[in-house]
Order: sequence, then C-alpha cells, then structure tokens
Amino acid sequence: MADTILEVRDLHVTVGDNEIIRGIDLSIDRGTVHALMGPNGSGKSTLSLVLMGHPKYKVTQGDILFHGKSILELPPNERSLAGMFLAFQYPSAVPGVSVANFMRNTLMARHKGAAPLTPAKFKGLLDGAVSKLKMEPNVLGRYVNDGFSGGEKKRLEMLQMMVLQPALAILDETDSGLDIDALRIIAEGINAARSPEHTILLITHYQRILNYVTPDVVNVLIKGKIVKRGGPELAHELEARGYDPLIKELAVV
Amino acid sequence: MALKEQQLVDKDYKYGFRDTTESYSFKSRKGIDHEIVEQISQMKNEQQWMRDFRHRALDIFLAKPMPAWAKNPVLEAINFDDIYYYMRAADREGKTWEEVPEEIKRTFDRLGIPEAERKFLGGVTAQYDSEVVYHSIRKDLEAKGVLFSDMDAGLREHEDIVREHFATVIPPADNKFSALNSAVWSGGSFIWVPPGVRVDIPLQAYFRINAENMGQFERTLIIAEPGSFVHYIEGCTAPTYSSNSLHSAVVELIAKEGAHIRYTTIQNWYKNIYNLVTKRAVAHKNAHVEWVDGNIGSRLTMKYPSVYLVGEGARGEVLSIAYASEGQHQDAGAKMVHAAPNTTSIITSKSVSKGGGRTSYRGLVKVYEGCDGVRSNVRCDALLMDEASRSDTYPTMEVDAKDVRVEHEATVSKVGEEQLFYVMSRGLTEVEATTMIVNGFFEPFVKELPMEYAVELNRLIALEMEGSVG
Repeated sequence: MADTILEVRDLHVTVGDNEIIRGIDLSIDRGTVHALMGPNGSGKSTLSLVLMGHPKYKVTQGDILFHGKSILELPPNERSLAGMFLAFQYPSAVPGVSVANFMRNTLMARHKGAAPLTPAKFKGLLDGAVSKLKMEPNVLGRYVNDGFSGGEKKRLEMLQMMVLQPALAILDETDSGLDIDALRIIAEGINAARSPEHTILLITHYQRILNYVTPDVVNVLIKGKIVKRGGPELAHELEARGYDPLIKELAVV
Repeated sequence: MALKEQQLVDKDYKYGFRDTTESYSFKSRKGIDHEIVEQISQMKNEQQWMRDFRHRALDIFLAKPMPAWAKNPVLEAINFDDIYYYMRAADREGKTWEEVPEEIKRTFDRLGIPEAERKFLGGVTAQYDSEVVYHSIRKDLEAKGVLFSDMDAGLREHEDIVREHFATVIPPADNKFSALNSAVWSGGSFIWVPPGVRVDIPLQAYFRINAENMGQFERTLIIAEPGSFVHYIEGCTAPTYSSNSLHSAVVELIAKEGAHIRYTTIQNWYKNIYNLVTKRAVAHKNAHVEWVDGNIGSRLTMKYPSVYLVGEGARGEVLSIAYASEGQHQDAGAKMVHAAPNTTSIITSKSVSKGGGRTSYRGLVKVYEGCDGVRSNVRCDALLMDEASRSDTYPTMEVDAKDVRVEHEATVSKVGEEQLFYVMSRGLTEVEATTMIVNGFFEPFVKELPMEYAVELNRLIALEMEGSVG
C-alpha cells in the first residue's frame, strides 16, 4: 500500500444541486498509467477538476488521499506544489503574461527558500521541451494560451508537464481535437514522462490515444460511477462496441 | 469611519512616512483671494504681465461653477477655503545636490531619487511642495541647446519663449481647475527643444505633496521645435495625511512640424488626494504626441489627456491605465480633436477596479468638417476584481467629416474563476495568481515604460493585491 499515490474513497461531488460524482473508489499505484474512460457527461472532467481542487465543486462525502494524506482542505496551489498536475481540457488564457514568464513563476513557486534555476538552465529546460513537442520557438514569447489554436493549447499543457515534472499528472482529454501527428507527439510526451517517479491518469472519451500509450489499468466511468475496471483489452472492447451495451447493462441492473 | 480610513491608509501606503519638515520659509494663509495671488506673484518677483494673468485667472476661477457633467459628490466636497495655495520649503533652489537641505534629501532618499539619478537621469527636477529644490541638467543637454528647468526659472530666464506659448494650449477659462492653476501656479517643468534636436534620454521629474491641506499647482510647458524629439517622465508619490489635499496641474505640450513628444506619467498619490489635472497637446503638421498615463493612487482623479491635431498628418496617442481600490475613483480618459485632414489617433485605456473601487473612461473623438482621411481607434478594457467594484464608459464621438474611419471597442471582464483556478493549479497562491493576471492586463502599458518604472509598477500592483485577498 505504500506505493499507492492517489486514493479516492467513496467520493461524492455536487455542483449546485446536481450530484455529478456519485461514489467513486479509485486507487492508483505509483508509476502506473491509469486510463479513465467514459461517454460525454459521465463526470470525467468533473473528477479531474475536483482532484485539483476547483472551488466550484463541492465534495459532500468521501475523501481524496495523495501520498496517504487527505488533500480535501488544500487549495489548488498546494496540491500543485505537493506534486499534482492537471492538463486542462479547456486551458484558460492569461493575456499579457508570456509563456516564459508564466513558467518562471511556476518554477519560482517551487523554489521558495531554495536557489532558483540559473537563467541558462531555465532557458535550456524550456527550449528542450519546445523542441520535443515540435512547437514554434517563438511560443515562449507569446501570451499564455492567448490566441492559441486547440492543438497549440494541448501542447502547451504538455510543455508545462514536462517542465514541472509532477509526481501525478492528470490529463483531461488531452487527445481530443488533435490531428494524428499532434496526437503522436503528445503520446510521445506522455511515454517519455512514464517512469516510477511519474504516475499518469489519462482521461479520455476515445480509445485512440491508447494505441500509442498502453495503460496498466482501464476504468470506465458512467453517470458518476466507475462501472468497470480491467486491463488494456477493455479499451479495445469499448472501441469495438461503444459505451451503449455497458449503459444498457447498467440500466437493467 | 475616519479612524478606519486612517488605519487602512497606514497599512497600505508604503510611502506613507511623514516628514518633520516644518521649516517652511513661507506659507500663505489658507484660502484663496486676490491678496494671496498678489503675495505669490510678489514672492516670485514676477513680471507685470504674469501678475495680471494670475489675477484675471482668479476672477475666472471664482466665477466658474464646478463642471456640471462630472456630477460627482466627491468633487463637490472640496473646500477651497481650507487649502494652502502656496508654500516654499527652501529659501532658494539648490544648484547642486550638496546645497539641497538635508531634511529634504532624506525624503528623496526614501523615494529613491538619487539612485535613479545615478542610473540614467538626464536631468532631475524634484519638486518639494511648491518650489523646485533641486535641478540639474546634464552637460550634453546644455550643449545641444535644450532648455530644461522649473517653470519659475523658465519664466525668469526665457521670458520671450514662455510668453509666446504659455496658456496658449490651455487658457485659464478652459475649466475651473485650469483657472485655479493659472492663478496660483508654482513649479512644474519648462522644456524647450531646439529644431531638429533629439533628446535621447528621458527627462524626469518627481513630485510629491508634503504639507497637510497643501494644494500643489504645478505648471508644465514643453515646446518641441520642428523635427525635434523629447520624452518627459513624471512620477508622483505623496506621504500620508488624513485630510484632503488638492493637486491640480496644468500641462501644455506643443509639438511643431514633424516634432515628437512623449509624456509619461506614473501617478501614485496617497488615497486622500484630489488629482484634477488638465493635460493637452497641440500637434502641428506631421507631429506626433504620445501620452502614456498611469493612475494608481488618489481619492479622485479626473484627467483626460488631449491632443489637438491641427496640422495635416499629425498623430496623437493616449495609452492609459487606471487602478481604483476601496474609496477611490479614477475618472480618466482621453480626447482627440481632429482639426486637419489625414490625422490619426489611437486611444487605449485599461482599468482595474477592486474592493469597491470605481473607474470611468470618459473620452471624446471629434472630427471637424472637411477633415477627410481621418482615422481613429479607441479601445477601452476594464477588469473588475469583485462584485463591489464598478466601471463605466462614457465615449463621445462627434464626426462632421465624410471620409473618416473611427472605431470604438469596449470590453468589461471579470477575473474569472476559471482563469484564477488555472494559474493557481500551477502552484501560485491566490495573491500571486491575481497579481500575475492584473500585471498581464496592464502589460501593454508597462512595456512602454523605462525598466525601473515597470518594475516599480509591477511591485505596486503586487502590494495592492496583497491588501485585497483574504
């Protein structure tokens, strides 16, 4: 159990009067890749935002433990500093703040009291990530997500992940809306990050990205509950048959 | 109520130290009348025409009502009888830094003026209350024939130039506060740039108000002869006082054919100051005038830098930011008057309101008949930090010519929950994230500032945000 990085216990979440997450249990071991699949409106994105501490969502029951400690009371920034990262499905723009400046600030937040990176090392780190993700070098001078295309936004999320090196990365539909080349680059980014030090929770509607990133565990989320759990073969099954048979099966029960 | 305001102020205002300077060598009694005006003019040993000018202006001030369009109770609350209109801290101006009184130096030290000078100042005019106490001009400016002094010295030593241009852009009758300034003005800067001369280093001046109920009425006149260029920067801070102070300056710029003037202001008046300033420029043929105007402090600011585009091909630009927190109202904007064909203007206004603060954009674009080929672009962006804050836009367009392109775009946005969450999810605290978002919003302005001003402004925003959250 010492190797469990994230544990979700009987989690219930509401927004307004609606209960969106209706009792989820999830245990993720360090160094693994978990896929969380489900149709639209199943609560996938809500779960990712709740894990990161979005103020709009209210946890009414259950707990979230990161490295064995409850994080329910922690604001998003402290979850980030503890080693969590969310690649957003819809990242916000921060006009007037360049990518380089943004990244410098995120790194500075992690170096409180310690010596920060030298300018040369910082530049090397960013340039390396830019080149791996095949982004335009001028992206570092552009304002964060301001006027970015869908694909550019997704790559910028990956760039942040590569620079921040989180212990747990939650990727919310990072694959959606990408062409095949972009998908391949993103998948390479994920595979490169894969190691005992880096755990990944991959949230996706489609099985497509799982052709490039083989998950250790596949969870299926429907109507706010995890209804099925299996190995990589479960993803293929869903690809072949869709979610409908599972939904019907549940309705019967 | 008053106590609460005082506590708020002591906590928030980092330049809120108070000097023990009581060695004012001359201090007029409170209130304003012809006797006071006569005293001021006599103290300065002025020419008869200026003395007459002051008295005429006072009559206009006394006769004029408050601007009706403002409809601002804060403005109506000013008690003109409870203000000192003239005060001099030093008996004479210091020619060198050594001659400046120690007490005044300490005040400037805390504001970082000597440091700034060491770095790159071309010339310093530091105004301590009404009178300029220190003033130096670099040798190369002198060699180029550039005149840069305080306004009183300009009047004494270059009477012909001053008399030709003074109050030609902003006559006393323009508005109640320009009339008041014309009657009691003291200090300010006088700059004259000879034809074809480019002043590469920004000329700078610092102003502050340091006597309770002290009105400060500086008068600045900048004349750029044909083909010349000058950049003037003023930065303002004021110390803590609990009763109201009035700052009412008049700034006149004259850009002759092909000349280029840039005028940068960072205003951080203490939160009880009324900052009522008239700034106007005339741009002749192919001239270019830029106002870069930042308003952070004061209780009430009313300021609308203007450019009168009177020669074909002239260009006017105003880039302004305003920040209003609790108890503050920034009523700022710009005016562009197109009085010649093929003139262009750009107005970019950005404002942030927080903690119940209020910002207003008030602007005018006027195009006279027959002025074809005019292009004007106005953009106002307002950012609201919370529900209690307020932002209004009062744009006026008067277009009497046919072949023109006038655009106006205004946006009001809130610091979004999603945006804040996004930045915080990368490890920044709420204060850090908010500071980043606001600084980003102001970035188009900040990048036009010299480095140390940009750094200071970012720091000011950070201090303001720290006071706001939690």
